[in-house]
Amino acid sequence: MARASRRRRSEKVASHLLLVPFLVFALFPFYHMALTSLKTDRELYDRAAVPLLIQQGPTLEHYVKLLWDTAFLTWIKNSLFVTLLATTLSLVIGTVAAYALARLRFVGVGAFGTGIFVTYLVPTSLLFLPLAQVVNWLGLGDSKWALVITYPTFLVPFCTWLLMGYFRTVPREVEECAMVDGATRVQALLRIVLPIAVPGLVCAVLFAFTLSWNEFIYALTFTSSSDQITASVGVTSELIRGDIYYWGSLMAGAVLGSVPIVILYVFFLDYYVSGLTAGALK
Amino acid sequence: MAIGHIGLAAPRARAALHVRVRELLDREWFLGPAFVTPALLLLLLLVAYPFVMAVYFALSDSFIGRPSHFVGIRNFIALWESDAFRQTFQNAFVFTGISVALKLGLGISLALLLSQPLWFTRAIRGAVLLPWVIPTALSTLGWVWMFDSLYSVVNWTGLALGALDPPGPNWLGQRYHAMAAVITVNVWRGLPFFAITILAGLVSIPRELYEAAESDGAGPASRFWYVTLPLLKPVLAIVILFSTIFTFSDFNIVFVLTHGGPINSTHLFATLARQIGLETGRIGEGAAISLYLFPVLVFVVWAQLRYVRRQVY
Repeated sequence: MARASRRRRSEKVASHLLLVPFLVFALFPFYHMALTSLKTDRELYDRAAVPLLIQQGPTLEHYVKLLWDTAFLTWIKNSLFVTLLATTLSLVIGTVAAYALARLRFVGVGAFGTGIFVTYLVPTSLLFLPLAQVVNWLGLGDSKWALVITYPTFLVPFCTWLLMGYFRTVPREVEECAMVDGATRVQALLRIVLPIAVPGLVCAVLFAFTLSWNEFIYALTFTSSSDQITASVGVTSELIRGDIYYWGSLMAGAVLGSVPIVILYVFFLDYYVSGLTAGALK
Repeated sequence: MAIGHIGLAAPRARAALHVRVRELLDREWFLGPAFVTPALLLLLLLVAYPFVMAVYFALSDSFIGRPSHFVGIRNFIALWESDAFRQTFQNAFVFTGISVALKLGLGISLALLLSQPLWFTRAIRGAVLLPWVIPTALSTLGWVWMFDSLYSVVNWTGLALGALDPPGPNWLGQRYHAMAAVITVNVWRGLPFFAITILAGLVSIPRELYEAAESDGAGPASRFWYVTLPLLKPVLAIVILFSTIFTFSDFNIVFVLTHGGPINSTHLFATLARQIGLETGRIGEGAAISLYLFPVLVFVVWAQLRYVRRQVY
């Protein structure tokens, strides 16, 4: 008995030890990023210094410079603007489409389901060139509104696909009961199905938010003025002048630009884990 | 369906309309199409139409701000004759092949470790998944700094451990090293998806199967080979197919890390398409480059529909 439990214990320790390299690989870049953003320039560009530690005292000068001398806050605001609008829009469109796919029988439902699945797999880098022309024709060239309308092209298929899985888990009988009691289908959707599918909706919102916040190629292609670009584009293009990299500010920008996602992540980790697998496997 | 009061004609008509809309919304043949219309319009206008345009551009000599002419497949021929494109074509397969293989191998190992009893399950899963949720463009910027030619922390660590000879490689400036760097970052960012998805597959394997195999005298290796792996196959197929299309079409990592350099040695279709299509303005050729992603997309969709998801919707 004692020997078996000791063996289990040492196996557990071994598992943790084997995980260490994976964890170092996953986390070290973030550690190094945060560390760099807090170092003085003198220490950053000192080839004799140890890059793994802060030895000459931490400083907030890079953050101060980023927030006061650049348009960083505008970029963050743009990111939030685009992300919130695109997420809301996609969630609404995706919810009704997912409900139709999961529950309703009508002409063309099969073809539409396949269409959604196919667009779900279309990478953004396949269509960004012609899409830039469409955006120009719509008069949205170099405007953050271009991102609000183009992000749903990958968010809607994702939300639809994810929510369809959740809606299918709601028993038909529950809904039919409500309809026998005089509720319409739309009422049944709003009052019965959606409340049961809340975890799915939370998942969809989190992923839509994350995907739009992290989107890069459309943002880089469709917008360029400093007052329209998002955080990812601003940090990677405006903080690099020619070939000169201001590493302190760059890393401060990378840290702050990730903060909204990290906050969501800390609170909703379990949803991220389940949504990741649901999106791929359902 | 009770209509409240029988009074003036106008409210009655309005009520009748209301009832008709209400009844219509209860009919599946009406509600179904009504519910999918917004999504359908969006996808037609912003996915299907641009795709048709991409084909048109690819077959024309489009240049930014200039009328274009139909040139047939001349763009595709011109591409095959250009060294940059042939290099890119090769890069795409090397990059995708090595990245996906590494992510698969490491992903299975990591998933197996994560499925063991652990003390800090939640914290560990959170840490493992982190690279996947942080904006790629920003985290890749961190890697640019880690691979810096003068202040690389990778080299510093390698030298300190005696694994590298001074002064250490210029990671982003030498062709094979640059490719290794790009693959490393792609694996770093894509590993969580593999690990967490495979973990979900592992957890769904019934324990009894392992117990049965164990009582038949199967050791850990043969249990993995004869129980785990066959049952994981569907999950692995999905993960590999997903990852193949998104690795093949990767843009962010290469764009931020190397810009395709040195001398095109890390260009992928997406980054070359941007350089040719936007930076030099030859949209026709750029669109043609992007379209090289299409056969891969078709293959992945076909394979998913054919083997993995017999029933799509």
